[in-house]
Amino acid sequence: MDLFEYQGKQYFARFGIAVSPGDIADTVEEALAVAQRVGYPVVVKAQVKVGGRGKAGGVKLAANADEVRLHAGNILGLDIKGHVVHRLWVERSSDIAKEYYASFTLDRPNKTHLGMLSAQGGVEIEVVAEENPDAIAFLTIDPVRGLDLATARRWVDEAELDVPAREQAAELLVKLYDCYTTGDCDLAEINPLILTPDGTVHALDAKVTLDENASYRHPEWEEFRATETEDPREKMAKEKGLNYIGLDGTVGIIANGAGLAMSTLDVVNQVGGTAANFLDIGGGANADIMASAMEVINADPKVKVIFVNIFGGITRVDEVAKGVLEALQRVSITSPVVLRLDGTNAVEGRAILAPHLSDTLITEPTMLDAARRAVAFANA
Amino acid sequence: MSIFVDENTKVIVQGLTGGQGKFHGLRNRAYGTKVVGGVTPGKGGSDVEGIPVFNTVKEAVDATGASASFVVVPPKFASAAIIEAAEGGITFIVCITEGIPAHDEAVTYNRLVEEFPGVRLLGPNCPGIISPGKCNIGITSGDIALAGGPVGIVSRSGTLTYQALHELSQQGIGQTTCVGIGGDPVPGTNFIDCLAAFEADPETKAVMMIGEIGGSEEERAAEWIKANMTKPVVSYVAGVTAPPGRKMGHAGAIISGSKGTAQAKMDALRDAGVHVCLNPTEAGQKMVEIVKAL
Repeated sequence: MDLFEYQGKQYFARFGIAVSPGDIADTVEEALAVAQRVGYPVVVKAQVKVGGRGKAGGVKLAANADEVRLHAGNILGLDIKGHVVHRLWVERSSDIAKEYYASFTLDRPNKTHLGMLSAQGGVEIEVVAEENPDAIAFLTIDPVRGLDLATARRWVDEAELDVPAREQAAELLVKLYDCYTTGDCDLAEINPLILTPDGTVHALDAKVTLDENASYRHPEWEEFRATETEDPREKMAKEKGLNYIGLDGTVGIIANGAGLAMSTLDVVNQVGGTAANFLDIGGGANADIMASAMEVINADPKVKVIFVNIFGGITRVDEVAKGVLEALQRVSITSPVVLRLDGTNAVEGRAILAPHLSDTLITEPTMLDAARRAVAFANA
Repeated sequence: MSIFVDENTKVIVQGLTGGQGKFHGLRNRAYGTKVVGGVTPGKGGSDVEGIPVFNTVKEAVDATGASASFVVVPPKFASAAIIEAAEGGITFIVCITEGIPAHDEAVTYNRLVEEFPGVRLLGPNCPGIISPGKCNIGITSGDIALAGGPVGIVSRSGTLTYQALHELSQQGIGQTTCVGIGGDPVPGTNFIDCLAAFEADPETKAVMMIGEIGGSEEERAAEWIKANMTKPVVSYVAGVTAPPGRKMGHAGAIISGSKGTAQAKMDALRDAGVHVCLNPTEAGQKMVEIVKAL
């Protein structure tokens, strides 16, 4: 789960990481009240989960109430790359002497954590990595041992942060690592981390991605979840406990297992179709889950055909077949349904469907045959 | 021959008294696997259809001589269960648990490497391992596998593993061992571990490798194949059409920026001399051709 900047900053603050004083505002009046409280000049920042806010006019400096009124009014409702701004973060403007970059993430090939620190912050780190890789100090961290202050001190030296910033930055990095690990982040990134002319170091931005697998030990994440703006199809699927991702095509896809679902998307594409979604009904799905999956796909107006691709393992194909029939009774399925059924109890499953097969309820023997048939419906 | 397990492997099931543990543990036993014990704290002394249950892994190992453990416990308890298995003397651990936090996996993996260098972890979030006719630890349905070799299978995805077994078995092509390494960000066993074991196994004549988007394990495997592999490898990588930035079901299956795309993985594999196929069926057909020409 990606956090908004303001949520990232609030999360950082829990771990003692210094951020600028500020607050959220959903209206111009609220923005004025926050500005009054934190003191001018302030920065008014659009809260959207997409990069390039500054260039799109979503980040503005305001020296007084009139400017806050003007900028907050302009930014609220602004469309930034398809993300409409509903919320602002208003914070005390900081004088900047230097901009740095700091992040922690998992180093998958090494199976360790990776810290990245650079004295060249404020620009995209991918650009720095491309143009001047020596400007990034990489630190491999053993997840068992963690990051101690002594190591962080050596790291800020190696990254050649300005001398007055080093001790504060080292302390902040230890806190950021704590946030990253104890806070169960996939990514904890500060860009820029700044040094002010009067010699203090703090986070001017926050990019945090949380590991959903850890949500059972973070009840406090509920408030973050409440602000997640989701595709309505994805919301409906989640309520039904399905693993669904909305796409733009016309072939609705239901498969069991993430790999097979991905593979189904690929095969549909290879035979000239486009997938409307990714949907994994998971292992051990029963008739009810299958029926829910059909309902979710059916609710998508773009879908012209439903392609059910099942390889029964723990999932039993007879249960899948029952679910298809249940769905056909429960809701009016408007699109034709093409099924490929293999694996555990496939013979029983096909037998259950046999009396119901028609021009719009079809089984095919292989994944490729089924994909071709489904795409023919979609492109008809 | 088989890799990692064989007909003599004695297995305990951590979580045998739970719903899933019981179902799969008994299914594995019915397949012929030597399931010699179960572990559930507080339930020692009882049994599950004749399989004795112990309070700790140590007790189970002492009593049964087991060397492998099948971990079927909820995400909260999985890391502790894996470490307990290693401490108790188990050398091969299969963990099917899905949903373990990535930080727990990272700590567990590195603790195993540092404190128990002789222990191999398969998974978490994997379908397990099957050596047809000899040993099945995990959730793979035994009847889709065919004994006798000569193909080794290694896969990141569960259902695509079944698909691969099915494609080959249908054509009468058997398997030496089929290993599901799982779709999580920190897998205990990776492609290279399995490729190296298949390369060293005289009965394995060819290898089917099934990858998916995310991470760079396929690229690393390609480098290894180029430098070390003498046996033919057929590969399929799922997720050519997956959109960036979205986790495709598995926690590890995500394209970040331009990294982890299926195309990059296929290019790397092709460059290493691997037969790269565009779907599981094509991969099955290619393997049939290769085996028939052996």
